[in-house]
Amino acid sequence: MTTAPTPVPAPASAAQSGGGAPGPATPASTADAAKATTATAANATAPTTTTSGAKASKASKAPRPGQARTGRGRAWLAALPLLLFFLVGFGLPAVAIAIGAFTTSSDAPDGGGTFTTDNLTNSLQGAYWTALWGSVKLSLLTALIATVVGLPLAQAVATSRFRMFREAVMSASGVLANFGGVPLAFMFVATLGNAGEVTKRFGLTSHGWSLYTFSGLSVVYLYFLVPLMVITVTPALEGLRTQWREAAYNNGATVVQYWRHVALPVLVPSLLGGFVLLFGASFAAYATAEAMVGSSVPLISMQIGDALSGNVLVGQGNLALALGLDMIVVACLVMAVYLPLQRRSAKWLA
Amino acid sequence: MARLINRIRLGRGLVLLLCGVYFAVPLASSVYFSIDDNKGGTTFRAYTDLLNAPGFTDSLVLSLELAGVTVAVLLLLLVPAMLAARLGAPRLRPVIEVMCSMPLVVPVVALTTGIIGVLRWGPDYLQDTPLFQTIVAIQDPTFPIVLVVAYVLMALPFAYRALDAGLRGVDVATLVEAARNCGAGWLRAVFTVVLPNLRSALLNAAVLTVALVLGEFTTASILGFAPFSVWINSNGKSDGQMSVAVSMLSLLIVWVVLLLMSAVGRGRKAARS
Repeated sequence: MTTAPTPVPAPASAAQSGGGAPGPATPASTADAAKATTATAANATAPTTTTSGAKASKASKAPRPGQARTGRGRAWLAALPLLLFFLVGFGLPAVAIAIGAFTTSSDAPDGGGTFTTDNLTNSLQGAYWTALWGSVKLSLLTALIATVVGLPLAQAVATSRFRMFREAVMSASGVLANFGGVPLAFMFVATLGNAGEVTKRFGLTSHGWSLYTFSGLSVVYLYFLVPLMVITVTPALEGLRTQWREAAYNNGATVVQYWRHVALPVLVPSLLGGFVLLFGASFAAYATAEAMVGSSVPLISMQIGDALSGNVLVGQGNLALALGLDMIVVACLVMAVYLPLQRRSAKWLA
Repeated sequence: MARLINRIRLGRGLVLLLCGVYFAVPLASSVYFSIDDNKGGTTFRAYTDLLNAPGFTDSLVLSLELAGVTVAVLLLLLVPAMLAARLGAPRLRPVIEVMCSMPLVVPVVALTTGIIGVLRWGPDYLQDTPLFQTIVAIQDPTFPIVLVVAYVLMALPFAYRALDAGLRGVDVATLVEAARNCGAGWLRAVFTVVLPNLRSALLNAAVLTVALVLGEFTTASILGFAPFSVWINSNGKSDGQMSVAVSMLSLLIVWVVLLLMSAVGRGRKAARS
């Protein structure tokens, strides 16, 4: 913007910068008014200008730096509400977690507020550790299955001959990938729950099926994870050039060899990135599990919900904050893996 | 070669069939569940009784209000900041980008714990200060402002991406310069030249935000408010059929809106080229 070739000393900005230096300008400008034209010429060579020189130069081409400075000042102002909102809305909770996780809670015997690491150690022990591990296990499993299922599905859709079909599947994926939460839980309760249509029709309960278990929850999570994978990996699949495949086949490669040696190596960063994204989505999910299984499957997000509703021992009120911190740490690790991967795949598929 | 192609077709058909079954069966059986009267017939009771269900309209209205306010606040905060980063302060751009990606890193449950932590400061430390009144006021159950704050944060990454994609397609700097050269003031340049060009991006961001707010459950339920999704959940404990019916309706509505949006976007693109 500052290097834009056309000089646009628009009326508004000129008025603003003129208004910025009214104090010292008045005495000098009257005295030097006669020399104004020569001052303009001298301006170009002498950087230390008098105020009248600065004023006169406004008429010529010199106002660029001044204008850029005022423009930037205003630009900061336009972004200020967002910055303030973010500091209050996001900064305060972050501070609350950081402080709360390392101090005793207000219902503790000592009145609270003293430094301790008990919250963190407790949050990594016993039932909470089981829940954290359960969450990680569930997320790993579902992300893995969704990646393995999503890739062939995306490939089948991306190479389809019917444009309408491709677009329909992509828009359906967009809807289903965001279809987490309570409605999803109810849909599966109606389908595979104890009184669900499919369960009743095929008598699945007698075969030992129950939706309200680890595997049942996995089946439900896949319903939004697979579409998410399809969305994530389709751009990468479309980036695979037809020439690469033709070249491989012309050299006598089989389908398997083409995928093993050409396609998959190119796709690996995208696939890993997608896997990590799915892991994060499934790790953070709360509503579906809460509406469906309550706390019969130990998950860290359920435990936090429980702890926040006061369902902890006296004096451990800050445990929930420590659990939240655990969760953020895992999510940060996930992002630390995801971002470099995404950059790598972007390089290949540009 | 022909055999190879045949095998690929077969494999593709198989994959599509299996996935189609997995995605269609729950939808179909949910619809069936919502109209099944358990005597072999069909009934639309769940749909017709909806309006009279206790709390349905209240919670829906609350959710819609929250969605409207969230969209307004979000766009008012984000659009000026992003335009400023494009026009006058390029050094702001990475700052805004990082800021808008941060909520993605923090799981919603963890954000909620932080918010509860802040709200607890009220009774714990701020009892005698005016801030205490503020903290009470933002938790007003008839219109919880604290939820708006949380929702704006959650929607920030999605709205940012939608707007960023829109800004990429438009040369904002040139547009504004052209408008200013024609004598338009800053406000006029932004409102009559830049924003109309960003219409589909703004619409995109708004729709994503509305969908997010209407479906959001975690924060509202933990903080103890009762918007629509929380109502679906609690109502489902007493009337499962109706809750499934509402779930199906909400899915249908989101789908229709997204289809309309992509149709609008395509129409505009075709008209331009």
